[in-house]
Amino acid sequence: MFDTSMTLSDVWFLAQGAWITILVTIISVFFGTILGIGFGVFRYQVGPWWGAPVTFILDIFRSIPLLIQLVLVNAFLGIVLRLQISGFAVACGVLTFYTAAYCAEIVRGGIEAVPVTTRRAARSLGLNWFQDMRYIVAPLATRVALPSWIGLALGVMKDSALVYVVQVTELLKSTQILITRLQEPLFLLIIGGLFYFIISFPIARLGGYLEKRWSND
Amino acid sequence: MFSYTFQWNQALNRLPAMLDGAWVTMQIAVLSMVLGILFAIVLTGCRLSGNRILSGFATTWIEVARNTPALFQIYMAHFGVASFGLYFSPITSLLIGITFNNAGYLAENFRGALKAIPDTQTRAARSLGLTPIKAFGYVILPQMLRISFLPITNQMVWAVLMTSLGVTVGMNTDLYGVTQDLNALTFRTFELFALAAVIFYVIVKLINFGARLLAARLFRY
Repeated sequence: MFDTSMTLSDVWFLAQGAWITILVTIISVFFGTILGIGFGVFRYQVGPWWGAPVTFILDIFRSIPLLIQLVLVNAFLGIVLRLQISGFAVACGVLTFYTAAYCAEIVRGGIEAVPVTTRRAARSLGLNWFQDMRYIVAPLATRVALPSWIGLALGVMKDSALVYVVQVTELLKSTQILITRLQEPLFLLIIGGLFYFIISFPIARLGGYLEKRWSND
Repeated sequence: MFSYTFQWNQALNRLPAMLDGAWVTMQIAVLSMVLGILFAIVLTGCRLSGNRILSGFATTWIEVARNTPALFQIYMAHFGVASFGLYFSPITSLLIGITFNNAGYLAENFRGALKAIPDTQTRAARSLGLTPIKAFGYVILPQMLRISFLPITNQMVWAVLMTSLGVTVGMNTDLYGVTQDLNALTFRTFELFALAAVIFYVIVKLINFGARLLAARLFRY
């Protein structure tokens, strides 16, 4: 069982896949969070009626399988618009909006967790809307939202396994390529799974720790 | 506007086949959810049991389910266990993968719900003469399920979305699989997948709506 024909260059191949996974995750979580904060603040600020179009669009990203989102966007750009866009860019673009959709919810939850009285107090001290957001709401909301945000980032990392449909060779796809060649599915899958686990588990634990540490009770 | 001619009727003509697929998707999702809740209850029981082996097993299951992609878990259920001579059909592998994932996430949610139930309730139940298992089953469990109703609904939505991963292990009767097959026949990728997306959206909305109705009936005080 511990006899494998896997070579060092195969390990390197897997590591490259892992790097693509991490790269896609970092790019989409970074831009997705910025967009998500924007959408979240916007939705909170304009209220449910004016925010409805944004809510609807973000809701679509959360109600359709990521696989279909990727295929659809890829088909739209490639077949309908006839644009030459790399699969990597499509993957990052879709995952960015996917992240933003969830992040907007988290941000809204965070802002709502800040007591209205605290904000009124800030405003009556003469802070303007932006200062109130920056110095009062942001620190308090972050405490509430950060554990969920960490969960979201890890979720995106795991969901990035699906970007193989737009011809991006990330970690799981490279594992699969190796399986096809070496015919050792269990061993290779365990290695691929360990890669994910090693990335995800410590960060998940950190999130759990922060949640416990920062909860008010 | 576009140089591309949309042929929506190509997709719409296939709607009956896709709705059949949607029905299979729903069946898999519901079945995996029912099994997932059962396993999650068992896992929660294992964690509470105080037995190191049982709680170690439960923790391993939960951490693996939560820290690896669902796609990986389905691969594992299909290609991984084949090394042990276990060959599952695509639908079985998909069901095992999603159930494993559901159970892990739900068990974690249940743990959060348990924190909201005071310890004194267990003690009161025990002092009334209930065995530990009865105290858990009659006193703690109903409250736990009630508190985690919303997470269960979310997980149900996730289960529906996860069924689309079955195509990677050769599943071709669920909604995504059917769409994929039709795509191979007609090459109307955009139209077909847009229709599939609409069906998925409607299913998810129906689940949310149903959950709201159910909550209104179940949680009348």
